[in-house]
Amino acid sequence: MSIAAVFEILLAAVVLGLGIWTIAVRETYSATVGFVAYGLLVALIWVRLDAVDVALTEAAIGGGLGGVLLLSAAARLRDAEPMAAEAPGKVTRASAAALSVLIAATLAGAVLHLPDSTPTLAPTVVANAWATGLANPVTNVLMAFRAMDTMLEKVVLLLAIIGVWSLAPDNAWGGHPGPRHQADPDGVLVFLARLLPPIGIVVGIYIFWTGANHPGGAFQGGAILASMWLLAIMAGLTDTPPVRRRWLRFILVAGPGLFLVVGLGGLWFGAAFLAYPPAQAKPLILGIEVAMILTIAATLGLLLTGAPERSVK
Amino acid sequence: MSLARDIITIAAVSAGAFFFLAGTVGLLRFPDTLTRLHALTKADNLGLGLVVLGLLPQAGTLRDGLKLISIWLLGLLAGATVSQLIARTARQGETTR
Repeated sequence: MSIAAVFEILLAAVVLGLGIWTIAVRETYSATVGFVAYGLLVALIWVRLDAVDVALTEAAIGGGLGGVLLLSAAARLRDAEPMAAEAPGKVTRASAAALSVLIAATLAGAVLHLPDSTPTLAPTVVANAWATGLANPVTNVLMAFRAMDTMLEKVVLLLAIIGVWSLAPDNAWGGHPGPRHQADPDGVLVFLARLLPPIGIVVGIYIFWTGANHPGGAFQGGAILASMWLLAIMAGLTDTPPVRRRWLRFILVAGPGLFLVVGLGGLWFGAAFLAYPPAQAKPLILGIEVAMILTIAATLGLLLTGAPERSVK
Repeated sequence: MSLARDIITIAAVSAGAFFFLAGTVGLLRFPDTLTRLHALTKADNLGLGLVVLGLLPQAGTLRDGLKLISIWLLGLLAGATVSQLIARTARQGETTR
């Protein structure tokens, strides 16, 4: 057995063990830490499967931003936990276990019955890469061949932020999301929040730009930009903008909006909805992605800061 | 030439792995938060530094090498900051207890 195979088996075993531990452990905080580690290890699995684009997304969302979201949720739940300490009844537990076993068995059955030669469109995607002028097949699929799905995903992000905002109390509607963070102005967190964002912004834009030909893209780059913004907010260097601001709402709809406009343009001038003329495909895609990276960064940042809590003074 | 590069890689990466192992043992065995942090930062900074040093001869281009070094520097920055924050929180927890 080669070293790579041993490593892969070990990795799979650790991920499985960590998954079970995350479910079994009692404290919410420990489960969250387990989940973050789980996300990072799953990203390693994606790298082993040569799916670097997915690995970047998994590390950014599953390990990074998702971890922050769950940690803040765990911190809020800490006060409520003693109230919820009452164990669920036997029937509830038995039915939950039965449902979980059923889902696991169905998934295992589906995996075991996969056809030997998996149906794939990968060769078609590679053969048609000329139509967009981009060399990264994942970006081609996301932005051109299945652009409809990507556009609707961005609409889902928009719906998610509306859902979070709708949790705001009446008197805070339109105000600043989340608490106003305070930190020691000479402390190490403020130092990091001054030092890291310039680097992080460059890396985020690089990941977005290189996504045309290499693994990367607007989502991964946007996640990095969002985390830099959140770092500055958490260090108290800047406040979250009030959600009633026009420019903020404009940024939130810019990505899906431009996508829709270009798509309708394809219907008007070209063959179909979201059909790009091959000569202008690359600039059009890049334009949409520029709008999208801003939308994604703003949306992810605002999703993590939560519902508006403080009214504008 | 490639043999010499491979030897450097194997030696440096093994040394880095040793520091990670030592740091993990320290994390598991040391009695309190501050000593555990001490063990952990040694693992992160020296271990990661040695692994990066070992991978440098294998980097195809100057750009890849610079990327590796910047990963190490960012790791140093993040590790140092986070351990400071954890240590501060741990100390505040002690005084208020």
